[in-house]
Amino acid sequence: MKMMQTNSNVTLEETRVQEDPKPESTKLETDVENEYCEVKVENLNFFYGSVQALFNVTIKVQEKGVAALIGPSGCGKSTFLRVLNRMNDLIPGTRLEGKVSIHGENIYTPNTDVVNLRKKVGMVFQHPNPFPKSIFDNIAYGPRIDGLKDKIMLSEIVETSLQGAALWNEVKDRLNEPALALSGGQQQRLCIARALAVKPRILLMDEPTSAIDPIATQKIEDLIRDLCANYTIIIVTHNMQQAARISDHTGFFLQGEMVEWGKTSSLFTNPEDQRTEDYITGRFG
Amino acid sequence: MKTEALSRGIVLEKKKSEWRSYELVGFWALRLTLVLVLLILGVIVFDIVSKGAGVINWEFLTQPPRVGMTEGGIFPAIVGTFYVTMITIAFAVPLGVGAAIYLNEYAVQGKFTRLVRMSVRNLAGVPSIVFGLFGMAIFVKIFGFGPSLIAAGFTLGLLTLPVTVTASEEALRTVPKAYREGSFALGATRWQVVRTVVLPRAIPGILTGTILGLARAAGETAPILATGAAFFLPHLPDSIRSQFMALPYHLFIMSTQHHAISQVRPIAYGTALVLLALVCLLNLAAVLLRKRYRDRVAKGL
Repeated sequence: MKMMQTNSNVTLEETRVQEDPKPESTKLETDVENEYCEVKVENLNFFYGSVQALFNVTIKVQEKGVAALIGPSGCGKSTFLRVLNRMNDLIPGTRLEGKVSIHGENIYTPNTDVVNLRKKVGMVFQHPNPFPKSIFDNIAYGPRIDGLKDKIMLSEIVETSLQGAALWNEVKDRLNEPALALSGGQQQRLCIARALAVKPRILLMDEPTSAIDPIATQKIEDLIRDLCANYTIIIVTHNMQQAARISDHTGFFLQGEMVEWGKTSSLFTNPEDQRTEDYITGRFG
Repeated sequence: MKTEALSRGIVLEKKKSEWRSYELVGFWALRLTLVLVLLILGVIVFDIVSKGAGVINWEFLTQPPRVGMTEGGIFPAIVGTFYVTMITIAFAVPLGVGAAIYLNEYAVQGKFTRLVRMSVRNLAGVPSIVFGLFGMAIFVKIFGFGPSLIAAGFTLGLLTLPVTVTASEEALRTVPKAYREGSFALGATRWQVVRTVVLPRAIPGILTGTILGLARAAGETAPILATGAAFFLPHLPDSIRSQFMALPYHLFIMSTQHHAISQVRPIAYGTALVLLALVCLLNLAAVLLRKRYRDRVAKGL
């Protein structure tokens, strides 16, 4: 996965020198200025130590709806996802260039409250990772670390979150049983409910169905479609059909570059880039 | 050509059977070592139990020594060992666990943490008499505790620190990364992650390791020799500044320092048996804890 792109580094230097974006296509820029962006990433470069994992990624995600990121393994899509809630901070030796804003706020300033950011930008992981606690305690975890102690309010949050994740009817009679006793698909919906309990606005999902059987996958996909009415969902997936089924916008990553980004319908039927076409028609990957 | 192949086959067969006999010898040698180890343990335990069991009775466990320590019991030594172990726990557990949490959860992994880890492990190899001398110099003299429970407890605490730190780190490291990530992703601070997800998971492992370390410390003589253990005291220690009697030291006296060694030999064996039982009890506690922990993991709570 070693990437050598001296060229793109040079262009990056140039674009960074021009702080003022006007010299580029003015019409496009004014358009961008007018629209409210849930997530806006500009010229993002990301490094693990000396290895560059993302090259000059620019993307604007609108409020609500589902954005899917597809691409072969190791293309940087998960890294990109973890940029958005600063989970990469936990890995020593990572470095980032460029600008990442969420709700119009740059999230990579020295003053950024990372804890708060992660409450706004929830995350669901590839392998369901409920804590080894009861179902109730799993959902109540977020509100509790936020300082909420009131039992009635906690139960309310637990109920609404589980309902939000379409799990309430299956577990309402056994909230005190261990979360790890649930099936894989249920565990993943529990993790979604756990994320919902902190009332995020954005949900990041890192291949949430890759460790789960097809029927449970279907349930989670339905859930994602329901949730996207109220949340902005950015999902990384290995599965192109899944991206086509559930997303409104799709981005195609290849070797750390965002090759193409657009409406899902047009990206899959009428890709602009040859590499995208090769990938979605199954010529590689 | 056929005969050649045949003879080669015979050679191979021969080699195989040769190997088999080598293997057989090897297995038997290994079995023998195992038997030897068990035999040594068995002889020690049998010797102590057979010679010590006779003196053990209620009086032996609850009365102080009488008549120049030729009669009576070992109650003050039991109490002293109990007290000093409590102080050891109070000193070593918070310090050791805290250091392990810092090393594993907070510190940036690199040369410095490697150096610290190496030092801690090497500390485990320092002879206990050196800890004793160090304890005397630092706690008894410089801190001015005098020979006392607290000085001896701290010295034993230092002795167990490497075990506590290493075991705690080991336990912290086995907590899956997925739990940490899940917690961080919900907006937990680092301390919240440690307190609510990592520690509950690691505490059984930490306890097991710590108890094993304590069991060793409880049986040590050299570190308490110069830091507070007393030959004989007419009354029980009444503060942490008091000197105390302790089982291992009492055993040492009864078997080498007493004026009527052959007369008090049964008492020495009785003391040894009580000490052995105590250490076994601590180890048993560690085993039970580990079992409970495994059951809990299996249940997912």
